[in-house]
Amino acid sequence: MSSGAEILRVEGLSKSFFGVEVLHQVSFALHQGETIGLVGENGSGKSTMMNILGGIHKADAGSITLAGEAYVPGGPRDAQAAGLAFIHQELNLFENLSIEENVFVSGFPRRWGRLPLIDRGRISERTRQLLDMVDVRYPPNTLVGRLSQGERQLVEIAKALSVDARIILFDEPTTSLTRRETAKLFEIMERLRVQGIAVIYVSHILGDVLRVCDGVQVLRDGHLVGGGTRDEMTIESLISMMVGRQIENLFPERDTKPSVAPALTVEGVTQPGVVKDVSFILHESEVLGLAGLMGAGRSELARILFGLDPFEAGSISVHGEVLETVTPETCMARGMAFLTEDRRGEGLLMEASIIDNAGLPSLQSYANERTGWIDRTKLAADVADVSRRLQVNTTDYGSMLVKNLSGGNQQKVVIGKWLLRHPKVFLLDEPTRGIDVGAKYEIYKIVNDLVAEGAAILFISSEMEELIGMCDRILVMNRGEITGIHHRHEFDNEKILETAMRTSLDDFERSH
Amino acid sequence: MEAKEQAARRRRWTILLLQSAPLIAFALVLVVFASLSDRFFTLSNFTNIVTQSSHIAIMAIGMTFVLLTAGIDLSVGAVMYVVVAVLALVLGDLPVLMAFPLVALLGLALGAVNGFFVVQLRGLHPFIITLSTLFILRGLALWMTDTRMVFVEEPIMALGRTSYFGVPWAIWMFLAVFVSAWLVLRETPFGRQVYAVGQDPVAAAKAGINVPMVLFAVYCICGLCAALGGLVSIAQVAAASSTFGFQKEFPVIAAAVLGGTSLFGGRGGVVGTVFGAILIQTVENGLVMTNANPYIYPLVTASIIFFAVLIDSQRSRIAEAMRRRSIRVEEG
Repeated sequence: MSSGAEILRVEGLSKSFFGVEVLHQVSFALHQGETIGLVGENGSGKSTMMNILGGIHKADAGSITLAGEAYVPGGPRDAQAAGLAFIHQELNLFENLSIEENVFVSGFPRRWGRLPLIDRGRISERTRQLLDMVDVRYPPNTLVGRLSQGERQLVEIAKALSVDARIILFDEPTTSLTRRETAKLFEIMERLRVQGIAVIYVSHILGDVLRVCDGVQVLRDGHLVGGGTRDEMTIESLISMMVGRQIENLFPERDTKPSVAPALTVEGVTQPGVVKDVSFILHESEVLGLAGLMGAGRSELARILFGLDPFEAGSISVHGEVLETVTPETCMARGMAFLTEDRRGEGLLMEASIIDNAGLPSLQSYANERTGWIDRTKLAADVADVSRRLQVNTTDYGSMLVKNLSGGNQQKVVIGKWLLRHPKVFLLDEPTRGIDVGAKYEIYKIVNDLVAEGAAILFISSEMEELIGMCDRILVMNRGEITGIHHRHEFDNEKILETAMRTSLDDFERSH
Repeated sequence: MEAKEQAARRRRWTILLLQSAPLIAFALVLVVFASLSDRFFTLSNFTNIVTQSSHIAIMAIGMTFVLLTAGIDLSVGAVMYVVVAVLALVLGDLPVLMAFPLVALLGLALGAVNGFFVVQLRGLHPFIITLSTLFILRGLALWMTDTRMVFVEEPIMALGRTSYFGVPWAIWMFLAVFVSAWLVLRETPFGRQVYAVGQDPVAAAKAGINVPMVLFAVYCICGLCAALGGLVSIAQVAAASSTFGFQKEFPVIAAAVLGGTSLFGGRGGVVGTVFGAILIQTVENGLVMTNANPYIYPLVTASIIFFAVLIDSQRSRIAEAMRRRSIRVEEG
């Protein structure tokens, strides 16, 4: 179907961040009216690729040719001017403005020549036409805040059409859409194709990719590892290309076995719109993995279990005792610890020292019983103890600001701050995100040490290899539900990915 | 499903109630004072209220621009004092047609100082920056006046007595500022960009909006309005003591917030602000009419401000809860 002329050619594109190569010599071509899918695991380089095309990052090497001319965007505006619209996963709309204002916010047409008054007639007429093209039946002056996610997505497309985009980049457009909205989006994409607009479609939902794309390119660790037309591909073949490499000795051995005593028992935890009927048991000395795609509800579940977010039904027990009220305080009192995925935002006070950070959750236990004053000497000694044990790469615990530490060391400080409370149940949300391989290994060793002391660990990660390397069992979540449990002896990367994507796979088969 | 619908309905009602809170409060105030005093509910008293509230309303309109970008300007009262001091000591008996543009320019310039620092020192919150300019400008005015009372000359004082078509000059000024601000916010690219920047500055920059320029401009507008407010106020009272404009930022911000402009940016507008300003003045007027103990005025005004901020935070909290992303899509 890629009958049109070539519109985009990417040749030998490479990009590194801080010396880590995230894209390596990537080349592909895109034709008018063609839709290609870009798939790969988290961190495979898809977003970097899109960001380079969208003018947000600059490539280190390689060239891009757009409609026969060299294309070197200096920023998002250049990309837009070149006819390349980027529809981000997080939509770039203003809820407090109307649809027409959102479409034209970058440059309003003016009334009576140069007067600074918006030409309302023109923008609403033009917006009405654009909305017709994407089948949104709202008056152009409707506030965007009143539209559903799917409708907003369509408005974003209308915006792209308003600048006569020749290429539209979609980044995970369907994650927050209902099934009906997704079908609508695909219908619109089909229409764009007829008009000769080329599309690059990034998605985790492989069934969708095979449904809407003419061809697929697979990225793994920044390399383009394969690709072809839709007919040559199956979901299975895509998954094995995405996963690809063998797992080497990246993970320390653990010789302890999980006990049978339950540490954390979760029964039927439900919160409408977030998680549904989640039940599992985490045992002492066990590492229980939690796998799933982005937006599957893993972090949200962890937040609920630690009392940060509410839930409507179900129960949570720690060491066999049901928590009557679930708040961070009661959870901490029962020996739970929570490492947030947002280390910089929620896990640490970046402008404070290691001691100040580490002491925070346990200040009460360092307070003098009579005066209430904090025993700084004891706190400093304990922090130093823990930091040495975790091999934090500094000895200046009192004045070195946490923001000056590397990612790995920051994560150790977060772990250290909880260790001062001697918790027995850890909820680790992406504990190795954004830290380098060496530091990851150290974090894994810390996890193993904790397990050896009897701690129970819920390990959330988007890196399948990490889960397979570290966990005794892996739970798979999909759209807020537990869709599978895999035991260590039957771990299989492809099977787990399949469970994580199953509903979309079922949809795909049903529709064909 | 029954319960779900009920919850949705209750939420819609709550939002409607919160949104119309200023109107409800206004109606309540009218009813209470009208029943306590028969002089209250008269045309002449209402003209009086609007005239007295016009300087606050003008300043609050400027403040609305700043609040819409999630900023704040604490220096408005000080700007007012500086402008009046200059008017009294330097401009002397210049005719109004000359003095007026100079006053406006001075306000713009003082606002530009705030705007410059807000844009240049992005790490510092406008609260701190304008708190500093508040003290600097007050100090400047006190130094200029030797802390003595200053008087404006006849041309300005005459303004305070002037009426056109039976409507006092102050109200015309107030209307002119209100209509222009309303037009700018609703019908110009700049106005819509103010809303966009307040909603999400990062997204606004991505959409190609010159965010620093917009921020700079709103502080200039706020300074201009503060100067005009000072002019209107001095024309009414003719003399300014060392407490002129002192703590004016409170009723000004309260008027905007009471009128539904959010302290968190992106929501609100000048229509509500005008309502808020008149409401505050109505309460004060009502207290006078009912011979209330003068010592409870601050108490009442403070409660109104507290009420306004409380409503705003509740609105934001509910809006936040409604925005919370759902992961599971429950098919209807």
